[in-house]
Amino acid sequence: MIIHREYPVQAGDYITAGEASADIKRNLKQLGVSGKVLKCVSVASYEVELNLVIHSLGGVLMLDVDSDRVVLESKDIGPGIPDIDLAMREGYSTANEEARNQGFGAGMGLPNMKRNADTFSIASSPAGTCITMGFNLKEQ
Amino acid sequence: MKVSELAKLIEAENLTPGLTDRDVACGYSCDLLSWVMAHGEENMAWVTVQTNMNVIAVALLSEMACVILPENVKMESESLIRANTEDMTVLASPLSSYEICGRMHAAGIPDRA
Repeated sequence: MIIHREYPVQAGDYITAGEASADIKRNLKQLGVSGKVLKCVSVASYEVELNLVIHSLGGVLMLDVDSDRVVLESKDIGPGIPDIDLAMREGYSTANEEARNQGFGAGMGLPNMKRNADTFSIASSPAGTCITMGFNLKEQ
Repeated sequence: MKVSELAKLIEAENLTPGLTDRDVACGYSCDLLSWVMAHGEENMAWVTVQTNMNVIAVALLSEMACVILPENVKMESESLIRANTEDMTVLASPLSSYEICGRMHAAGIPDRA
């Protein structure tokens, strides 16, 4: 393991939203990650961070980097996603009016994450949602 | 085309003077941030009426050339402070999004780099 970072993310906090993703990008740049992998991790981390802000009751975003892989993991404390297949569909969103006024709620978050990650898994219950994304470094 | 030349083309005021004068590779217009995250490209000139801090975050993550506000839309001061700190130029034009994109396209700026 090269680095491990944890970022608590507050529900509804649009002011600091994106700070965890910006720090993740800084850390990866310092480790020499660049190009397509850096952009893919950046997009996915921003989407998952904003999902925590918009949809969860709060949670934590974790970054783990080793020699050949970047792993992003998001864990929240609920309320869970009732229908994951529906949530994975482009254009489907349950974002509230506040989020939509800020320009979110296009229904692109989860599909964007899956598209950018090399591996993607999601599990959800009313107790919380866990999303794990892996990015290969060796293809650089 | 440089961002400074683009500003003249669309009669825009630079709200963040003194930042890096990047090359503009392509143009885009959209107000849904997640949509822009999916389609944003390096050195893109992005037209949007959104003005919150997340506009700057999205532009930075895609390493865009600049953000363009149409029809004299005002940007929050917190967003402009972040833009200045992170070196992301913000232009404000009196023209509509449609006219801005029309002028960019006529000047040879494509929709994809």
